[in-house]
Amino acid sequence: METMRERFVVTAHELLDSDPRIAIVLADITAAQFAPAAAGHPDRVINVGIREQLLVGVTGGLTLAGLRPIAHTFPSFLVERPFEQVKLDLGHQDVGAVLVSSGASYDMTSEGRTHQAPGDVALLDTLDGWTIEVPGHPDEAELLLRDAAARDDRVYLRLSGEANNAPQLMVPGQFLPVRTGRRGTVVAVGPMLTPVLDAVAGLDLSVLYAVTVRPFDIGALRRAVTASDTADVVLVEPYLAGTSNREVDEALLDLPHRVLGLGVGRAELRRYGTPAEHAAAHGLDPASLRERIASFLG
Amino acid sequence: MMAMTTSQLGRYGYADIEGLMGLMTGDEKHGPAATSTLDALWVLYDRVLNVDPRDPGAPARDRFLLSKGHGPVAYYAVLAAKGFIDPGVLRGFASFDSALGYHPDRTLIPGVEIGSGSLGHGLGLAVGIALGLRAQARPEPQVFVMLGDAELDEGSNHEAIAFAGAIGLDSLHAVVIDNSSATHGWSGGVGTRFEREGWSTVTVNGRDHDALEAAFVAPREGRPRAVVAVVEPKNSAARRPAINVR
Repeated sequence: METMRERFVVTAHELLDSDPRIAIVLADITAAQFAPAAAGHPDRVINVGIREQLLVGVTGGLTLAGLRPIAHTFPSFLVERPFEQVKLDLGHQDVGAVLVSSGASYDMTSEGRTHQAPGDVALLDTLDGWTIEVPGHPDEAELLLRDAAARDDRVYLRLSGEANNAPQLMVPGQFLPVRTGRRGTVVAVGPMLTPVLDAVAGLDLSVLYAVTVRPFDIGALRRAVTASDTADVVLVEPYLAGTSNREVDEALLDLPHRVLGLGVGRAELRRYGTPAEHAAAHGLDPASLRERIASFLG
Repeated sequence: MMAMTTSQLGRYGYADIEGLMGLMTGDEKHGPAATSTLDALWVLYDRVLNVDPRDPGAPARDRFLLSKGHGPVAYYAVLAAKGFIDPGVLRGFASFDSALGYHPDRTLIPGVEIGSGSLGHGLGLAVGIALGLRAQARPEPQVFVMLGDAELDEGSNHEAIAFAGAIGLDSLHAVVIDNSSATHGWSGGVGTRFEREGWSTVTVNGRDHDALEAAFVAPREGRPRAVVAVVEPKNSAARRPAINVR
């Protein structure tokens, strides 16, 4: 199946062709795939080399000059390594940009910890004004990239090699109710939808599908919770466990509630292997999810 | 709100800067750095930059980025003298209601292109601005970014210096105020860091207005330009540059 990263390259090339505001900023990662786009748009496909501070600094400068830059590399090198550039060269300058990462929490299991960034969303969540998108399918990634390209704010688009079985008819900014039940609400983020639906088969639970995780769709969560017999909420996030617990607590401030945050564990595994093995190690495979969700709901 | 009326433009000359600086107080920590930048700033705003306080966001304007956000008193004084800031607001410097802090904020001051303070951010932003102007087929605007010799300690600068040199980004001008404040110095001089990456580089007396102007307006050679403006060492009372310049 086509990956989100492949769809990103194709879509970005189309955006370069159709919108003179668009620029692509790279730090060697995916540069080979962008070579045809660079040949057609040498001034708007910029590869700075293996220089991630410059990647983000140039991105801020391009916006200051009036363009709509899309910067891309692995999440460790896009959000974590140049975090102060993200904070100052974009946020403090009060400019927008689209940051597109590919690699997620453990796409690159055989590469080890240096190429894994389960903390990227939590880290970015310390900053104001970011829209954070976690698509679960290449079709959703394309929709979100086109949406982000047409806007002016700061958008983080987190692509992954992990994907759901099928795209959802999601709308940017909104959680999508996928199924309804009476015993609680599960919020499945991005590529976690397929394992979550497998995990809750036969259980009387509501499932919300979340792609835009910041801002958090408080209204959709409250509607699901008030339609349920309990205010029990389970978050299943494909990045650091608990990243959105605070959002649920704030959304349900006036309701006695319980929240279980599932996601990638904080402890370093120090294992290689496959993404499926890492999902299981973090308790994010369908069997583990079913056991943990059922146990929490009693 | 802050910009002056047209009739006020041109009221101030270089001799008035000291008085404007005197309106600001409480920046003792950044004192020596504040004046190291003064002459280069004055020459840029008085003789070189195509900027207009009546239209500080004009697309075709030259850009000036104070990367070295420390010691902005001279910067604010020059902006006031040139009509970007009402001199009256200098008195509230760094107070809660003031737009003028120890480090400038682009969202608060007309004509200030970037917020700075954390060292090593301006050159990367300047590279992006220059590339963005080029991508929009605007060859005229020049992008000047002012750094300090100690600021070059930050590795981010060297990412930008190597890249800009490699691609021949000739609308980019680095102005390095060298007051010998880098803790470990720069063997061979600051200019060598730019020169070896393909920049057109010149080192001048940072107090000599004519020499500064000549360095800033020298013809473009298809390469980025670095002007190293040498001033008194930060920790010396000497009024003459300690380094011989060519």
